[in-house]
Amino acid sequence: MNRPLLLQGGRVVDPSRGFDQRADLLIQDGKIAGVGSGLGTPDGADVRDVRDRVVAPGLVDLHVHLREPGNEDVETIASGARAAAAGGFSAVCAMPNTDPVTDNQAAVGFIVRQSVRAGLTRVYPIGAISVGQRGERLSEFGEMASAGAVAVSDDGRPVVSSHLMRTALEYARTFDLPVADHCEEPTLAAGGVMHEGLVSTRLGLKGIPAASEEIMVGRDLLLADLTGGHVHLCHISTRGSVELIRRAKERGIRVTAEVTPHHLTLTDRACERYDPHAKMNPPLREAADVAALRQALKEGVIDCIASDHAPHAYDAKEAAFDDAPFGIVGLETAFGVAHTELVLGAVLTLPELLHRMSAAAATAFHLSGGTLLPGAVADVVVLDVGARWSVDATAFFSKSRNTPFAGRTLTGRAVLTIVGGKVAHDADAAARS
Amino acid sequence: MSGVDTVTPVLGKDLVGLEHLSADQIRLILDTAEPFKEVSERPIKKVPALRGKTIVNLFFEASTRTRISFEFAEKRLSADTVNVAASGSSVQKGETLVDTAKNLEAMRIDMVVIRHPSSGAAEFLGNRIRSNVINAGDGKHEHPTQGLLDLLTIRDKHGTIEGRKVCLVGDVLHSRVARSNIWGLLKLGAEVGVCGPDTLVPRGIEELGVCRFRRIEEAIEWADVLNVLRLQLERMEMGFIPSVREYYRVFGVTVERLEKAPRQLTIMHPGPMNRGVEIDSRVADGPHSVILDQVTNGVAVRMAVLYLLAGGRPELADAAKGGAPGGAE
Repeated sequence: MNRPLLLQGGRVVDPSRGFDQRADLLIQDGKIAGVGSGLGTPDGADVRDVRDRVVAPGLVDLHVHLREPGNEDVETIASGARAAAAGGFSAVCAMPNTDPVTDNQAAVGFIVRQSVRAGLTRVYPIGAISVGQRGERLSEFGEMASAGAVAVSDDGRPVVSSHLMRTALEYARTFDLPVADHCEEPTLAAGGVMHEGLVSTRLGLKGIPAASEEIMVGRDLLLADLTGGHVHLCHISTRGSVELIRRAKERGIRVTAEVTPHHLTLTDRACERYDPHAKMNPPLREAADVAALRQALKEGVIDCIASDHAPHAYDAKEAAFDDAPFGIVGLETAFGVAHTELVLGAVLTLPELLHRMSAAAATAFHLSGGTLLPGAVADVVVLDVGARWSVDATAFFSKSRNTPFAGRTLTGRAVLTIVGGKVAHDADAAARS
Repeated sequence: MSGVDTVTPVLGKDLVGLEHLSADQIRLILDTAEPFKEVSERPIKKVPALRGKTIVNLFFEASTRTRISFEFAEKRLSADTVNVAASGSSVQKGETLVDTAKNLEAMRIDMVVIRHPSSGAAEFLGNRIRSNVINAGDGKHEHPTQGLLDLLTIRDKHGTIEGRKVCLVGDVLHSRVARSNIWGLLKLGAEVGVCGPDTLVPRGIEELGVCRFRRIEEAIEWADVLNVLRLQLERMEMGFIPSVREYYRVFGVTVERLEKAPRQLTIMHPGPMNRGVEIDSRVADGPHSVILDQVTNGVAVRMAVLYLLAGGRPELADAAKGGAPGGAE
């Protein structure tokens, strides 16, 4: 077993119980052993002075693409877990749009085993809703759940058939699985490469209207109401979606929702010089959408921040805008971007941000972690919220470098990530090596 | 070698679009085109301004008029030119746009004229190679030399562009010609209108500073100049309009409609025309059509752009056409 670890004198923020004080935190046998002062130092303990640091539950990301199996040149579960640890995440949920698709218990078990082998950030598998993500018939939710799947999703593709979505929500209830949907009405979005608006008109790029997302958000909320199932709405990007979710929550519909750091901080104007790193799906929207998303996160209408970490090869992104694939990597910039823009930008307090990046995310998918209560698994992050650093994509632990934040100066980063009591990332050690 | 790497301060390295040019830069190109017009009227249509320069015409999309116009412009300036079409080249074998251009550049070329189906392709290329890049049409974005030749044609016909009312008619949504026209006309002080069905005119286009017409009769009553855009017939299959017949009935530029105009309208079309779809043949061939003048001006405008990007000094354009070496030498 690992040595006990005592984090001494940090600002301990535990959003799961509204705790925010200077305190010590003791980790023993992979669990939180105590939070407070005068905890004593067990024999052989690794004692770290974290006086100028923030100690919080390890961050939880409900939405990443780790490309294994099938596209290991771009990312693997191990490299993704390493990148996640560097970003302060102790748990991430891997979307099933792998090759082959993660749509059965064997494939789910493979992800679990690869995660254990990597021994870093926990990688929880999300199983496909439909076999092959073809949108035709349901995958075996029960078997995937017993193999370790924490949710089901056809992410990357919308669930086009409303009947399939209905049966997925009903059937997933049996196993208490959230159904995560990528909301996109495919006939409206067809051929689109960016947000439909004045910028797309100027650039001559085909737009994806906000209604493409909102139609499916509306449909999913109606179906969640009909079935009593739990729908989780991925990467919400429009103010219209926010309003629909707000009303649904007021009516008690079982819905959770996530938003990405880039949709909270960038607008469609980032596409202006045809930068393929500004191409993602859903697309970057307008300033009014960004404002609504921020407000929704503050109020809890949107539950959590998820990175939608989507690695792509350099060659694939080194293309004309129309020809480049959608998506950016985000694990190693998520906290820095969110902290710089939202906390230093006075949208959220630090505890609010940490809540949205840990406890609220863990709760949405019923994951362990997201708390520092004694007895809980020791998934912990130590943050230096004053650290100013410049994003250098070539220094990423991820195998891919496709980020629109390259060269940005951010404030705040993870310095120590602990997963189950074990150090998964130690920035000081990484800097020394 | 010193001349090869000269980046002209007057236009910058590339001509990607008119949106990011100033009014002065646009006027400079039009003024530089004036002396070059005469070159094409000579029995010996050649001046030495770009002698020794190598230019590649890189066309990833079919084009007749624009490619030939560029080629004439290059040849009349004595440049060495090579045409590369996407079909039958390494492009078809999966080579990327950047690799194609970098390989061409490794053969020590000076300029690339590019036509590409993706918006932004010219800017993308310009940011990655040292040669000057001229956009000959990128997707639905811009077609700057078409915009410039339209401006020159309006200036020829009306003496000045400022204060003229120019209406673009038809498929503005998919038209790179429309975007270049809008920017160029607005910068030179024209009033710009757009007219077409809502399926083919982007929502919110008024925010660019143009007037929106939904009835062709109103556009005709308002305008001094109609620039009639080509209606690509595949738009019908894509469901943007129900039928060509109805389009012509509702938006066609016909003699009958023009007869009701309070003034004589100048008729323009970037070609190729669909006679009887967006424009009545009697209008296209009528006395107020300047459609062929546009084609003639295209060569002069492209000569001016090539000359200026190659480092030619505008005040020497007259001398250059006279046969003396220009600043490009």
